Formats: sequence, structure tokens, C-alpha cells
Amino acid sequence: MELELISPAEIIKEKIQAVQDYAVLSGRAIANLFRHPRYFADMIQQADLIGFGSLPIVVLTGFFTGAVLALNSANTLQRFGSLSLIGQLVSVGMVRELGPVLTGLMVAGRNASGMASELGSMSVTEQIDAMRALGTDPMKKLVTPRTVATVVMLFFLTIISDLLGLIGGSIVSTLLFGMDAHQYWTSTYQILVFQDVFTGLIKPLLFGFIIATIGCYYGMFARGGTQGVGRATTQAVVASSVLILLVDFFVTKLLISVFGYR
Amino acid sequence: MAAPPTTVTEQKAQATDSTSAVIVFEDVAIGFEGKQVLDGISFQLPRGETKALFGVAGSGKSTILKLALGLIKPDSGRIQVLGQDVTAMKEEDLFELRRNVGIVFQESALFDSLTVRENVAFRLLEEGDIPEEEIERRVREVLSFVELEHTVDMYPSELSGGMRRRVAIARAIVSRPEVLLYDSPTGGLDPVTSNTIIELIVKQRDVYKTSSLMVTHRLQDAFTMATHRFSRKTNHMEPIPKGERGEVPMAFLILKDGKVIFDGDAHELAASKDPYIREYLS
Repeated sequence: MELELISPAEIIKEKIQAVQDYAVLSGRAIANLFRHPRYFADMIQQADLIGFGSLPIVVLTGFFTGAVLALNSANTLQRFGSLSLIGQLVSVGMVRELGPVLTGLMVAGRNASGMASELGSMSVTEQIDAMRALGTDPMKKLVTPRTVATVVMLFFLTIISDLLGLIGGSIVSTLLFGMDAHQYWTSTYQILVFQDVFTGLIKPLLFGFIIATIGCYYGMFARGGTQGVGRATTQAVVASSVLILLVDFFVTKLLISVFGYR
Repeated sequence: MAAPPTTVTEQKAQATDSTSAVIVFEDVAIGFEGKQVLDGISFQLPRGETKALFGVAGSGKSTILKLALGLIKPDSGRIQVLGQDVTAMKEEDLFELRRNVGIVFQESALFDSLTVRENVAFRLLEEGDIPEEEIERRVREVLSFVELEHTVDMYPSELSGGMRRRVAIARAIVSRPEVLLYDSPTGGLDPVTSNTIIELIVKQRDVYKTSSLMVTHRLQDAFTMATHRFSRKTNHMEPIPKGERGEVPMAFLILKDGKVIFDGDAHELAASKDPYIREYLS
């Protein structure tokens, strides 16, 4: 088998083209919110698939992350006689960072891949072309409902994940370290300030947008039959996960520069 | 059954006036990855006529259909469909035009997560203002036209290849389009099923007088269409007596190396002395 050599200029051109295509898709996903027709039924259906469907993994992730956070930090805090701070640590860690990021990564793994494979299959079997030929804009019918549903549902899934994390931390603190439950919950509540909650709730909106647009982008532009669909699915998960971590860093940095350190 | 309204000769005369043509290609060229697929092709599809497109694999037949629908844009040239220049239209405006053009894709391209009813009704549901009873009536009507009424609640994966092709035809004609585009409608099907599909296309041509472009590899299909017409009495396709064959609105277009090397009716095709066409026909 001969390997075809591609010039660096061609590779750069392809990458720029991909970024341009992604930007156009993202822009149209937003712009379509203000154009008719709006597919509310599709949005509800996607919200059910993405939101309710992701609930079990989000519940488990949140619960065990909170629990393990409490477990790991309790040992260190005990050495300094500050076990009472465990609630604060779990609370800030979950709400500001771990809740949004881990929920985003779990939903990306489940739904970016789902979107890429579904739209990819439609693309390689000419169903996307058929939709355009039937006078329907696939961006409006397929991309916008998925984007809206993911953004909205990831917001609520993150709140659920945060809460389950706190519950996990509470169980570990009270059952394993004999901490008073009332003290735990009071400290988790009192430590949180507006900045924490704002940071923790702005992130899922951005992550939801990334997951849906990346999943749809790789699906819509999938080529090369079933192998192409498989490739698109993998790339969608990798790209959305990496982008979530990148955006998380920059958003955290930006919000710290806006609000200052706590 | 009444004879079609005009003869091929008459239609050809009409075609000189582009306003009577539903599709007009003017010097259209397109290439993919450095390979020129269509190199300045021009032709017209007069209203009411069915034109069969021939050419070897990769000669750009399916590309012509996609260009006509505005699914892809040519590198140069102009394409008019129903009097509108699709090469200059934005995607948003094309959706409106596409509602008057039906297409049957090579592999049917049915939505696999929707039932036959939902597939066929897709375009009507998208209109948004058609009552449910009317949609159900029209879906039943076109499914009965393709003799697949019993499949209404089935999924495409539960149908045979021929049935899927017939559902695709039903989906294409449900909105009563002015133009129909068929992309290898009989490709990969057995002769009996192919004949059923051809009969449906002839029925659409003769009963509803729909103009159509049909991509095919099978010369015998196009010749069947040129030598048969649909009888409402028997509800079947029947041979046309030899003296009346010119009255069928059927034409042939052959592509070679990105250019149109033949555009004419069955008689002209049979009389052609072009060595490539002779070889193609043999």
C-alpha cells in the first residue's frame, strides 16, 4: 500500500477550512433560534434523550466524586485538626470545578458521540441531502434543537451533580469520620459566595454548546461510510473533551480576573 | 388512455424558448479534487418531458441531479430550475424552490428512524399548515399509487430494496412536484422489481405529466419507457404501437468525458453513427 504525502500547506488549509466550517455551523445554530420554523418538539425530544438519558451517569459521577473528595481530603484535614472544613472543601471543589467539568466530560462521552454517529450515519446514507432536497434545513431541524437541549440540560445536570457530590461528601464525613451532618451542611452552604455559584453555572452553558456543536459538526461532515462514522464519533468525543478542559481553564482565568481570588 | 399532449419534435421546438423548459443547464462545469467531472455542459428539460441521462460510472450523472437541486454549486455556468437561477440563490431561498422538485436518491435515502408514514409525510409535516387528516389522506393516496399501503407503519429496515425505492418515489411525489429527479431508480434491483419501478415512473409521466430527469445505467429501462405508455384502464404499462412511438415525451442524453455527446429522442439515438454511442448501445 502506498502512503500519499500531503504538503504542510494543504494540511493547514484543511485545518483552517475545518475551523471555518465549525464556526459557520455554530453561528447558524445560534442564528436559527431567531428564525422560523423552530422545532420545539425536536428540542423536547432531544432534552429527554440528553437530559434524562444522562441522569444515571451524572448521578453516579457526582456522588462518587464528592465522596472520594471527602475521603481524600479528610486524612489531611484530620492531621491539622480541621476536619470540620471538609464540607467547605467538598462544596467549593464540586460547585466551582468538578461538578461542571466532570458532568461536561461524561455528557460529552455519551452525547457528542451519539450525535456524531447519528448525524454521521445520516450523512453517509444521503439522509442529510434528502432532508435538504425535501426543503428542510438540517441545521434548523437537527443542529439547533440538539444545541438548545444540551445547553439547557447540562445546566440542570450540573446542579444535580453538584448536589449529589455534596450528598456523597456528607455520607463519607458522617459515616466514616463521625462528623455532625448539620455542621457539614452548614459549612457547605456558608462557604459558597456568588462568584462560586456563577462560575459553576456559567461553565455548563459553554460546555453544553461545545458538546452539541462539536458532535453535530463531526456528524454533519462525516465522510467515508461506516469507517468514517466511527472516526467522526471518536473525534467528536476527543475534541469536545479537550475543548471542555481548555475552555474551563480560560473561563476560570477570566472569571478570576473579573471577580478576583476569593 | 389519452396520448401525451405534445410530441418530442414539438417539445424540442418549444425547448428553444427557455421559458418552456423546467430545467436549463448553460455551460455548466464542476470538478472535484482536481478532476473535471462536468466540462461546460448545456441542455434543457422541456415541460412534461422525461430525459434519461446515461454515461459511464463517474461521468457526473448524479452530480447533474445534485446541481439541479442546488445541493452543490457549479464552478461555472448557470442552472435554471422552474425559471429560477439556482446558481445565484442562497440556501435559505433554495428550500422554497426544492418544495416543487422531488428526488429519488440512488440508495433511497429514507429516514431510517421514521416509519414509512412519517417518511412519506415528511415534506407535508414540514409545511406546518396542512391538517392531519389531509396529510393522512395524501400519504395513503401516494402509497396506494406505489402499491405499498400496507407498509405504512413499517420502518425502512423492514422493507426490501425495491419497496424502499417505491417508498422513496412516494415521498418524492407526495407534494405533487413539477419536476422529478430519479437517481438510478432501478440500480441493484432484480428485473421484475425494476420493471415495477419503471412502470411507476411511466405512470407518473403519463398520468401526472411530471417533467423528469432520470439517471440510469440500464438502457433497456429507458427504451421501455420510450416504447410504452401507461393505461389507466388496465392500470399497467403497455407497448405503444410502432407508428405512435414518437409521441412519448421521452429523450436521451449521453455524457462522455464531462461533455454532452448526445441529446435527442429514441429514433435519433438509434440512428446515431457516433462510434462511442454505437458501442454504448451494443
